[in-house]
Amino acid sequence: MTIARGQIASAEPVPALVEQFKGGLDAPICLTWEWTYACNLSCTHCLSSSGRRDPSELSTGEMRSVIDELRAMQVFYVNVGGGEPTVRPDFWELLDYSVASGVGVKFSTNGLRLDAERARRLAATDYVDVQVSLDGATADVNDAVRGDGSYAMALRAMQNLAEAGLANFKISVVMTRHNVPQLDDFAALAERFGAQLRITRLRPSGRGADVWPELHPTDSQQREIHSWLTEHGDQVLTGDSFFHLNALGGSPLPGLNLCGAGRVVCLIDPVGDVYACPFAIHDVFKAGTVRAPGGFARVWRSAPLFAELRTETSGGACRSCSEYSVCQGGCMAAKFFTGLPLDGPDPECVKGHGASALAAVGAAVPRTGPDHSHRGREVPLGMPSVRIPAKVRVPAKLCDSSPLAGTS
Amino acid sequence: MTTPFEPGLGYRLNPAVALRPEPFGALAYHFGNRRLSFLKAPELVELVRGLGSHRCVSDALAAVPDGRRGAYLRALASLAAADMIVPQQARSEVT
Repeated sequence: MTIARGQIASAEPVPALVEQFKGGLDAPICLTWEWTYACNLSCTHCLSSSGRRDPSELSTGEMRSVIDELRAMQVFYVNVGGGEPTVRPDFWELLDYSVASGVGVKFSTNGLRLDAERARRLAATDYVDVQVSLDGATADVNDAVRGDGSYAMALRAMQNLAEAGLANFKISVVMTRHNVPQLDDFAALAERFGAQLRITRLRPSGRGADVWPELHPTDSQQREIHSWLTEHGDQVLTGDSFFHLNALGGSPLPGLNLCGAGRVVCLIDPVGDVYACPFAIHDVFKAGTVRAPGGFARVWRSAPLFAELRTETSGGACRSCSEYSVCQGGCMAAKFFTGLPLDGPDPECVKGHGASALAAVGAAVPRTGPDHSHRGREVPLGMPSVRIPAKVRVPAKLCDSSPLAGTS
Repeated sequence: MTTPFEPGLGYRLNPAVALRPEPFGALAYHFGNRRLSFLKAPELVELVRGLGSHRCVSDALAAVPDGRRGAYLRALASLAAADMIVPQQARSEVT
């Protein structure tokens, strides 16, 4: 969220902050909270396999209780996503409640509800930030992944936000084989709308598992992303998601450069289940539920899974690699959903160790977790599965996605 | 822009900043500019919390052992640059 640039005030030589983060924090810094599995789109790479609302999603009252808890824990902001969070009939009400509670909200959206009037109200509200998803700088590249009409919808929303004066909203791009060549175009788009570009790594999570083999950047594109970030990194957010590229050498990319799962990061899903990371919606990474006694705080502080994630990892097969200290073995979710051992190389290891490991995996890839995909829908179109009242309440403004960017 | 850090002046924690205790010290969050800072030592957290009760930064640092004073001073300077601590009294704008 919003911490565009983390600063560290240190009085004396102490262990690097990153070492201290490995042991976990009293509350997450970067909490993702998905408010619904319902979505008007059916993006091919959806990390949460969203589409249909889950009948067990948290009620308005339960949502408020979680916000109360986050306030008490001093979680200063949350990344709200989905699904398309704005299809929840109580979305704007909850947004207001959260902001009024001192828990800032950055929400991700495909632009569905961001008409001119809504954009104006958002711009007038402190403490809310908006992140519009866009996976192509052109309609053809974007719509191939996100569905027909989704580019036009996102651009309309961006136009509305810009005209309303919501400065520095985010344009969030998942990097794929087809849009890496458009990096400069994305930067130009962001400039055109007075927005900030955010690029993140494609993970084989959710429906992403199905398309990852064809969509993930090639080796040469990974190098291209790395050099582009080295050149533009101070203006671009990354959600700290490309730290595996640090093995390419040079100065480490801005950010914590550490798998934050269960340490500084976690996910609350729409039914209240708590996972180690937004890209790890699977029973193996489920730490508990906010619905159990003790709520979210108890899960965060006492879940055995999180305790395990906060211990030093062995490094396994990567330990002997000269680059282990900077890439840390890469992304846990990327390994898991491609069938690789968690203490081995990342599937996109730039040293090539992932590719050889993948070749040996065979068919033993774990299936993804809960699936809320639209049934029988190949192409994203149409309306969300919940009805939205014509009259909606005021929303609110804030957070940046890499709280840790700039930290070192 | 914030004015340069001056240890001869009194500073205090910016009222827009919340400190969240953490095992390593504290996490500071600025509700105005939404920036996050990390105070990497519990002693530094105490120093920052108590800053407002001292006439000037140098006074606040008087109890700090000589060997650490320079490091604390640098830490406070970076917190001032990030607007996490602010002068106790706003000075008139100098143009």
